[in-house]
Amino acid sequence: MNVLDSFLFIALPYVALLIFFIGTIVRYRATKFSVSSLSSQFLESKSLFWGSVPFHFGIIILFFGHLIGFLFPDTVLAFNSEPVRLLIIEISAFIAGLVLLFGLCMLLYRRLSNERVAVVTTKMDIFVELLILAEVVIGLLVAYNYQWGSSWFAAVLTPYLWSIFFLQPEIEAVSAMPWLLKAHVVGAYLIVALFPFSRLVHVLVAPLHYIARPYQRVLWNWGRKEVRNPSTKWTQHRPENT
Amino acid sequence: MDIKSQISMVFHLDKCIGCHTCSIACKNIWTDRKGAEYMWWNNVETKPGTGYPGKWEDQDIYHGGWQRDGSSIKLRGAGKGKGLANIFHNPKLPMIDDYYEPFTYKYLDLIEAPESDDQPTARPISLITGKPMDIKMGPNWDDDLSGTPDYARNDVNLKKLSPTEQQAMFQLEQMAFFYLPRICNHCLNPACVASCPSGAIYKRGEDGVVLINQDVCKGWRMCVTACPYKKTYYNWHTGKSEKCILCYPRIESGLAPACMHSCVGRIRYLGVMLYDADQIHSAVAGAGSDAEIVQRQKDMILDPFDPAIIQAAKDNGIADSTIKAAQESPTYKFVKEWDLALPLHPEYGTLPMLFYVPPMLPVMASVSSADNSEQAKKMDPKSKFWDDNWLYDTSTKDIFGSIEDARFPLEYMANLFSAGDVGIVKAVIKKLMAIRIYRRWKTVGDISEQKAMAALKEVNFSVKEVEESYYLTSLAKFGDRFVIPPAHREQAIEMLEFTGDAKGSVGFGTKRKPERGS
Ligand code: SF4
Ligand code: SF4
Repeated sequence: MNVLDSFLFIALPYVALLIFFIGTIVRYRATKFSVSSLSSQFLESKSLFWGSVPFHFGIIILFFGHLIGFLFPDTVLAFNSEPVRLLIIEISAFIAGLVLLFGLCMLLYRRLSNERVAVVTTKMDIFVELLILAEVVIGLLVAYNYQWGSSWFAAVLTPYLWSIFFLQPEIEAVSAMPWLLKAHVVGAYLIVALFPFSRLVHVLVAPLHYIARPYQRVLWNWGRKEVRNPSTKWTQHRPENT
Repeated sequence: MDIKSQISMVFHLDKCIGCHTCSIACKNIWTDRKGAEYMWWNNVETKPGTGYPGKWEDQDIYHGGWQRDGSSIKLRGAGKGKGLANIFHNPKLPMIDDYYEPFTYKYLDLIEAPESDDQPTARPISLITGKPMDIKMGPNWDDDLSGTPDYARNDVNLKKLSPTEQQAMFQLEQMAFFYLPRICNHCLNPACVASCPSGAIYKRGEDGVVLINQDVCKGWRMCVTACPYKKTYYNWHTGKSEKCILCYPRIESGLAPACMHSCVGRIRYLGVMLYDADQIHSAVAGAGSDAEIVQRQKDMILDPFDPAIIQAAKDNGIADSTIKAAQESPTYKFVKEWDLALPLHPEYGTLPMLFYVPPMLPVMASVSSADNSEQAKKMDPKSKFWDDNWLYDTSTKDIFGSIEDARFPLEYMANLFSAGDVGIVKAVIKKLMAIRIYRRWKTVGDISEQKAMAALKEVNFSVKEVEESYYLTSLAKFGDRFVIPPAHREQAIEMLEFTGDAKGSVGFGTKRKPERGS
């Protein structure tokens, strides 16, 4: 069992992270054209609404929930010391999970049932959706069977995850965990590893910089005031639009 | 003052014969690809009609363009707030069925069908699913269908007309239509650029062409909503948006864009205009009414002969060759010198740089009652029975009399070209009429010189101007219609140490095949 645990909780995360970083960077640099949200709304819109919106909002809430537990475990524990607050977190996280599950099922159903959407569906799309579906279902089962996850995540899993990032993996705590939870962790690593090979890359190019940008964009070949000045070096200004 | 140069276009609608050669030229070069079958970067619509995509002018449906918002402007259906909030599902995105489902025919069935009693047929199949389909709509589906209840009568520009006016328009003898060719307007205040969350769309500083960088586009589809002219299209296969590129590779090598080069009616003009970019925002935001935008946009366009303007243009890095092209520009003459061309739907606030000379002929001719019995007698009674007692009348008794009882209410034209202000369109049509009256005096001679001169005087046209505009309208050669400034590609090329290392950024094409991601 120990060998297996070492593989799943030491080797796998490193492999997954390596694939994630190298893979996404290579994909972005070498085949930039392939990076897209690959939206299929143009072909089918109605059921996409009932799938995409709950799915995305659900997954964003849960992602940031996990992230906060990972980054600020002490704050989370302190916050949870009041039972009412713990209950609120527990219930809202569970609801977010259900919303996400509903959206995902709609998306999967849409992909499989709509003729037009099927044309722009790859095997990888289905695989990713099934993997996330499994992850969500397992996550919900964990939450149902082993309550107060926000607290024990911060207390037990956060130290383990940190130990991975500090290159001193300590897996005693996870090894002792129930297999349902182990599956959830392994599922997460698999999803991370799939980023460079699937449409998941679109998450990394979420256009948040739009907020800070002026609305209009004008690009010049050359600094336009310098262009008539013979002393400006031709290497001084490179095209901005790469 | 921040002087920039812009390639602009003028389409002379009286000359368009609706042949769609332009659309085909464009399709063959640019959009004959998977995912782009349904796109017509250049399309020609029959007006009155609903156009492509259906009812595109109805911004209550599509929420495109800008809205004045106090002393500022905002995008109607996109923008930072709405765009990001609706990124998972864009409620105002036109769907493939709003354009049409692209199709082909199973031609092979004609050849390979086994022998039988029936003729083999080539069934239509969808270019999306590859399955047999019933064609419900296609390119130019409503071509020439003026007066039909489904198309012409659903024209959004008729909304503001009274029911009697609408009724009158569609009386059989009154019925008229004209063609409206459309490409991307390469706007000064492009809604598509402003709406792109990725920042993939940009306006080229040197000539104002609006382009989408295919590598940067991430398929968030906000530009499709934001462009009020529906001239950005989502490629359902590659997951990227595409639009008219004004054939920039052709322009850079001194050739006219394919649609313009091939135009059979020779209705298209292309040239450079200098304008003051500092006024872009205030031209829309500061306008008291939608119609005021027309004048404000004209005011932005600067006189390329004014020494002060020339100096300011040079200081701003505009090449001498571009300034010279601006002085010879046919579009400057039509738009600014002669006031003959108007933007399409100025109320959308994008400051489009494609201008239209509004059509006169089908509109102006009236139907008057006449005694045709003498004519009828001359016809062979066996072959033709003719007892019409009306005449399609294009003569001009009062100088501008027929403008008032035009076959189209002027409001209709005004809704298209001047945000509903009849005065603006009427002034243009009067000028067009004056040119004709003048030429009729010259060539046919059934109008007195006095009357011709009176007509010119009333519209404030000199003989020189009228001769020039007549020449440019009717006799212009290729070089008169397209005055393309040298692109100065050396500026783009010289900056690269190795031309291969930034391909795709300066017009070299891309290194890799544009393949859909997984
Ligand atoms: S017509 Fe539409 S696509 Fe073209 S520049 Fe204007 S807003 Fe953009
Ligand atoms: S080619 Fe010219 S005349 Fe023919 S439809 Fe196009 S714009 Fe009109």
